[in-house]
Order: sequence, then C-alpha cells, then structure tokens
Amino acid sequence: MCGIVGLFLKRDELRPQLGDMLTDMLITMTDRGPDSAGIAIYGEETAGSIKITVQSDTPETAFDALDTALSAEIDAPVAIKTLDTHAVLTVPDASEAAAITALEGMGLRIMGSGASMEIYKEVGLPKDVAARFGLREMGGSHGIGHTRMATESAVTTMGAHPFSTADDQCLVHNGSLSNHNQMRRTLAKKGVFTRSENDTEVGAAYISSRIAEGASLGEALEGTIDDLDGFFTFVTGTKNGFGVVRDPIACKPAVMAETDDYVAFASEYRAFADLPGIEAAKVWEPEPATVYFWER
Amino acid sequence: MSTILDMAETDLRAVNTTLQAAAKDKANAAYTLTNPRGSHAVACGLDGPLSVTVKGSTGYYCAGMNKDATVTVEGSAGPGVAENMMSGVVTIEGDASQYAGATGHGGLLNIKGNASSRCGISMKGIDIVVHGNIGHMSAFMAQKGNLVVLGDAGDALGDSLYEARLFVRGSVKSLGADCIEKEMRPEHIALLSELLEKAGADAKPEEFKRYGSARKLYNFNIDHADAY
Repeated sequence: MCGIVGLFLKRDELRPQLGDMLTDMLITMTDRGPDSAGIAIYGEETAGSIKITVQSDTPETAFDALDTALSAEIDAPVAIKTLDTHAVLTVPDASEAAAITALEGMGLRIMGSGASMEIYKEVGLPKDVAARFGLREMGGSHGIGHTRMATESAVTTMGAHPFSTADDQCLVHNGSLSNHNQMRRTLAKKGVFTRSENDTEVGAAYISSRIAEGASLGEALEGTIDDLDGFFTFVTGTKNGFGVVRDPIACKPAVMAETDDYVAFASEYRAFADLPGIEAAKVWEPEPATVYFWER
Repeated sequence: MSTILDMAETDLRAVNTTLQAAAKDKANAAYTLTNPRGSHAVACGLDGPLSVTVKGSTGYYCAGMNKDATVTVEGSAGPGVAENMMSGVVTIEGDASQYAGATGHGGLLNIKGNASSRCGISMKGIDIVVHGNIGHMSAFMAQKGNLVVLGDAGDALGDSLYEARLFVRGSVKSLGADCIEKEMRPEHIALLSELLEKAGADAKPEEFKRYGSARKLYNFNIDHADAY
C-alpha cells in the first residue's frame, strides 16, 4: 500500500498556494505510507538554465561551498539553494551532463533534474518530511507526491518516490511490478540505466525511454499497459502537466477531482477534503487501462 | 427530528459507537452526519432500525455489515461500500468505488451513479441496483440475489457465477466464464419491476437482458482434467 497525490493548477493566481495544498493532501495519505514521503514540484524556471536536485546524508559538509566547487569543475556559473538534506543547483543547459557527472563524483545522490522540476524525498513520516523541506511554502504550476509503504526495495531515500529518469519527468506509483528485473535488463541493453533496485524506477525509465524514442506522453503511458506486468496506479509528471494510468485489474485505488481551478488526483477521496470548492467538483474514478493526462 | 453529528468535531469511533447504540435501541432514530471528509468505515456495523444520512463523500467500507438500518450517502462512496450487508437499505447518491456490496447477504444497495470494478463480487442474497454503469469482474462468483444495471457492464460480467440473477439494460463488454444470456420470463419481469420500483429507477423491465450461470463449472469434470 502507498498513497499518491497530484495537483495541476489551471489558474496562475493559485500558484503560490500549490505547496500548501499538496502538503495537506500528502499528510492525509500518511496511513497509506508512513515509511517515506516525497514530492516533485514544478516551479519557476530560468531560460537557458537547468536545476539539478541532489541529496546528501551529511549536508553540512557536502553542501558547504558546493556551488564554488561545481563551478570550478564544469567551468560555468552555478547557483545553489539548500533545504535540509537536499540542494538545488542551477547550471547552464549546456553544462547539465558535466554537472551531473561531477556531482555524482562528489558522492551526492541525484534526485532529478529539469528546467522547472525539483524533487524532495526522505525517509520518515510525511508531516516530518514536509516540515524539513518547507513544502508548504513552495509555489508552482503542478506537483505530485507519494507516501510510501515499502514492498519492493529497502526504506531508503533512493527507494522513495518520485523517481525521475529524464529532465522534468517523474513518476509515483501505488502497486508493485513483477517484470521489473527483466525490463531493467531490456532497458540497459538500450543504454537506459536506473540508480536503484526499485521497481517503480524501472517504470519511470520505461516511460522516459519511450518518450526519448519519440512517443507522446499518452503513447508512453499506453505502453505501460502492454509492457509492464503487475499492479499499478501511476501518476507521471512532465514539464507541462501530469498523466494517470491504472493497470487493467485496477485494484489499487484512484480518485480524481476537477474544478475550474484545478485537476487533482489521490489514492483516496480523503486527500481532497481540504481543497477549495471540492463540494462542487466533478469527482470520478479513473477507468482501468485508460490513460488520462492534462497539459498546458 | 434528526440528530446531527459533526464529524469535524466528533471522531469516527465516537460517531459509530453512538450510531451502533442507537440501532440496538430499535427506536427508529434519525441521524445526520456532516463533514465525513472521506472517512473510512462510516456507519458500519449497524444492527437495528435506524436512519442515517451522510452529508458528503465517504471512504472505505461505509455501511459495512448493515442490518435493518437505512443509510444514505449524499456523495460518493469509496471501496467496499455495504460490504457483507445483511438487510436494510443503503443508498449512494453519487458513485461507488470497487467491490460495492461484496458478499452481501440481503437488503438493497441502491447506487444512483456508477459503480466501478467487482460490484457485487461473491454476493449471497443482496439486491444491488446501479443506475449508471458497472466496471469489470462484477458479480464474480455471485451466489444469490439480484444485480440490476441500468447502464453498461464492463468486462467479464458474472465470471464463475452461481445462482445470482444479473439484469443489464445497456451493453455488456464481455461475459465471464460460465455466464450466459438467459430468457426473460414473466417471473423475471415481475421481479425486476419490483426492484426498479424499490430503487426509484426510471426504466422499463422489458428493456433489460437477463444473464445467469450456464452451470458448467459447478462440478469437477473429468474430461477437462488436463485443463486444471
């Protein structure tokens, strides 16, 4: 069991409240996943720059003068923002690959990268994880979150969701995949590698590889129904929006709500209880083996 | 006169304790629950005549094991609504999530919207009327009772069905193993008329098709030994 939430805002005026709304949704899903929690938030972007989110268990030393060290390593300007165990480094587009290699070389864990996406995830109760990162104060256009009850890999930061396997793309998952080892090998042959032993990361890598091969988000999500075996309710985030797909058995719960202001996803209706205007929202259960997505 | 319990102020366990005690008093009391906020197990285990109206949507297992009580949800219900219901009436004004009315022994579950997958799974005597559509694997291994669907049914309707009767007005995406269409005889028209009237459904019994068990899976068949 895990809890997943997603919120896509239709009105720009609500952007400052995104983190606040998502945090309430995430904390309500604590019963479904008290092991770890994570959030991917799509916020401000700067033209020509890319944001790389990294994690360290020893942030005081690891993040001390990290921007200067990275800047020297890649010979480009670097800006840094630190939040608890995570740091977001902003580098020029062209330096992204070099920066990721350099950061990994410094022993930092890469959470994700993208023009607008930042990922924050840690082991612990969702309320504690949210407080550590100040999720409530974060603004943005859309975000997805996850509360984890681990089944397929250890309770670690790297095993927490969301998983990001390409710029501005991420995935959260309720369920378990049964062909992830085989799919991991298939993807590796194509040069697509994962960073953890986790089944969901393979799902994320599958979707990213399909998009890299030219598929649309909708086509990549359709592909999960044929190519991934197991139970899943997936919510995937992209720079422009988010998508939802459930396996054909659809035993992992899902509910959606839409108003003029937002589209929301959650494992249970409870997570919607504090959303503005929920009483009058269109609320429905997404159909099995059917792809839904919203993009701006 | 309906007693109001505000679930924003009174916790779930206290609400259910109050309702269960009132049901046992058999005084036909009426309660209104406000701010359910998708809570789990709202108004479950009621064992006596009582009327409960829930103003909003509920989570897992609302009105489970209901006996004699009348529970109305003025919203949608999460998975397992009216699970193992014994008698009484449970009405959902919105949609119901998966396995609505599962293993129900009796009473009426009246869903005004759609029900999702596994509606009436292993039902054992309950009557379920769904005014909208139902999802896949509905009435799986259903043993007894009636499932009436005014809309469409999803894949594998009535798979491994026993003696429950299934009535569908719209299309059926596919029938499950051992489920077949059957003739609508006068007694079925009469039964369906009664169920539609009880559920306040605006439909004519003649518009429905009946599905039931082909009774081929009841016993081990030695000729099929290789298939097991």
